[in-house]
Amino acid sequence: MEEETDTPKINNSFLRDHNYATEADVISTVEFNPSGELLATGDKGGRVVVFQREQETKSEPQRRGEYNVYSTFQSHDPEFDYLKSLEVEEKINKIRWLPQQNAAYFLLSTNDKTVKLWKIRERDRRPEGYNLKDEDGRIRHPSTITSLRVPVLQNADLMVEATARRVFSNAHTYHINSISVNSDFQTYISTDDLRVNLWNLEITDQSFNIVDIKPCNMEDLTEVITAAEFHPQQCNTLAYSSSRGSIRLCDMRKQALCDTHCKFFEEPEDPSTRSFFSEIISSISDIKFSHSGRFLMTRDYLTVKVWDLNMETRPVQTYQVHDYLRGKLCSLYENDCIFDKFECVWNGSDSVIMTGSYNNFFRMFDRNTKKDVTLEASRENSKPRAILKPRKVCVGGKRRKDEVTVDSLDFSKKILHSTWHPQENIIAVAASNNLYIFQDKVT
Amino acid sequence: MFPKGTKRKFSDSGDEPAAGGEDVNQPSSVAVRMLSSYSLQRQSLLDMSLIKLQLCHMLVEPNLCRSVLIANTVRQIQEEMTQDGTWQIMTQALSAANAAAQCSADRLVATEVLCRQTEATQGEQVLKPFPAVGSEGCPAEEEEEVVVEEEGEGGPQPPTCQAPLAWTPAGKRKMDSRTAEQVFGTFEIKNPAPSPDPALEELFSDVDASYYDLDTVLTGMQSAPKMGPYDLLESLSSHGPSPLSSSTSCRSDLNELDHIMEIIVGS
Repeated sequence: MEEETDTPKINNSFLRDHNYATEADVISTVEFNPSGELLATGDKGGRVVVFQREQETKSEPQRRGEYNVYSTFQSHDPEFDYLKSLEVEEKINKIRWLPQQNAAYFLLSTNDKTVKLWKIRERDRRPEGYNLKDEDGRIRHPSTITSLRVPVLQNADLMVEATARRVFSNAHTYHINSISVNSDFQTYISTDDLRVNLWNLEITDQSFNIVDIKPCNMEDLTEVITAAEFHPQQCNTLAYSSSRGSIRLCDMRKQALCDTHCKFFEEPEDPSTRSFFSEIISSISDIKFSHSGRFLMTRDYLTVKVWDLNMETRPVQTYQVHDYLRGKLCSLYENDCIFDKFECVWNGSDSVIMTGSYNNFFRMFDRNTKKDVTLEASRENSKPRAILKPRKVCVGGKRRKDEVTVDSLDFSKKILHSTWHPQENIIAVAASNNLYIFQDKVT
Repeated sequence: MFPKGTKRKFSDSGDEPAAGGEDVNQPSSVAVRMLSSYSLQRQSLLDMSLIKLQLCHMLVEPNLCRSVLIANTVRQIQEEMTQDGTWQIMTQALSAANAAAQCSADRLVATEVLCRQTEATQGEQVLKPFPAVGSEGCPAEEEEEVVVEEEGEGGPQPPTCQAPLAWTPAGKRKMDSRTAEQVFGTFEIKNPAPSPDPALEELFSDVDASYYDLDTVLTGMQSAPKMGPYDLLESLSSHGPSPLSSSTSCRSDLNELDHIMEIIVGS
């Protein structure tokens, strides 16, 4: 596993670099766009910040394309649902990019209830030479106009503007936990606790419900949907995970309402580790198809599992993220950490998977060499451009130097969201209100 | 029994060669101790879960996934306790404790008590997380039916300023079948699958020191000023006749009650 160079990019103009962290600045989602040129973050305050990679220059080859702020906009505002007398949080739960088709960039961002399609484009020209207005915008008196001219486009300062092109609302009773763009690039799904809805990107007043697991009697509810994703190549296939640790693969061609699955993935429970917390820790917090479309990765509280879509009985690989927490489940239940939803990501070639943990640690697993590494996203413990040192959590009795004991882990510092560049070894990791970007070391 | 001064350890049952006829008694006494500490821990987990469910509803927007997971945990514990027979023991002990209280209608907040079955509803074997908001305040949320039930059973409800889990120890119990039904709802255990009878070792693999830490945490929360209800509760715990031999567990349950109440009132 190659080591990484630390290039933290915490832009002071937006992600405030103070010792205290206001709640609104906490990053709630990160996502690279399909080319890797842009990186979007969403936060609890409903804002989206888009970073753009610098063009590499010959004069400074060591500055291999750092990310700078490209655009900032308020995506969602706090709302009040008058019917239910409930406030709807503006926190951005997920951002998903659309593939680029012209000069503008498009992304979908969602909070608990509403999905929005944003168009981000650059404007470096503006029209000048109006007849009825002067350059400052003041209306000219008609008597002062002696000749007519045609306005022309002049070069102006580069401006990046974001506009909301579509608002998809009123389709979800429960909280949206995921969105996923289809490989046809015309439709997408939005998923809440009990339903999956299919939208056309052009149509905002209609959506089709394709999965509904709401029981007739809500008191019979024992399972909820935790995440859903479209297959990366097959536009008719989607998968969704549940709070009971199972994954269902659905084919939309079979029937309109995909309540019955095509495939059902679940690993039988190991009776030797059964406890009252077994169900909670088996709840899947994230699913991701591999880029190849052959595998599916799931994250539950203690492990990451890789499933072969052709084998439903058990995963092909299981990686322990932080098994030393198994003996602490009661405390973690008490302080609610057991409900933390960690995400997981594939690298571009599907050979390495990454997920977050506590104490600002994140873990990478190489599927081929079977090696794994624990790294830390922390300003105190690593200098810019220094190679990250692998960390280790001490589980036995004797603690070696530089090891961290389980009891000294900071459970308030958790890495829930991260993303991997689609082609290169660049990762972005969100730790509370800070964004860390790590790159391969320059050889 | 163990000689005086010997520190009890889980693993001791096999290690200590006892003299004479003590051999037979030792494993079982250790097992009983282990079992009662397991019950204690299970009970505290149940209490903690119920508090969480209640707090869930005090939030503006309850998280359905979290509520479902906690509710499933509660149901799992209750299933196991029912199979043990512990559920009935607890219920009876507490009913007896209720009967002993002679005080006036001071209202107590006793969350887990309401989840113990009364004799009337034992047959149904139901458990439902109780409503945290009184009927007046709570909008009929479709998605929250799993944990909130409209109190349509009529009768004057306690005002919302008092926790609706109020429990009048004297006189007519609020824990009559009407309330029980409201509280328990209809989480029917349809086909109670025979729970895998795990070996004691498997169960104890969950038991870790953190449980004891938890207890310390709970006991440590002494910040709430003593109020009438607490005095009442203490009198309960001291007066309560325990018709059954598991008086220790009953008393410890009441101590748990005490702790839980402090947390709720203190919060």
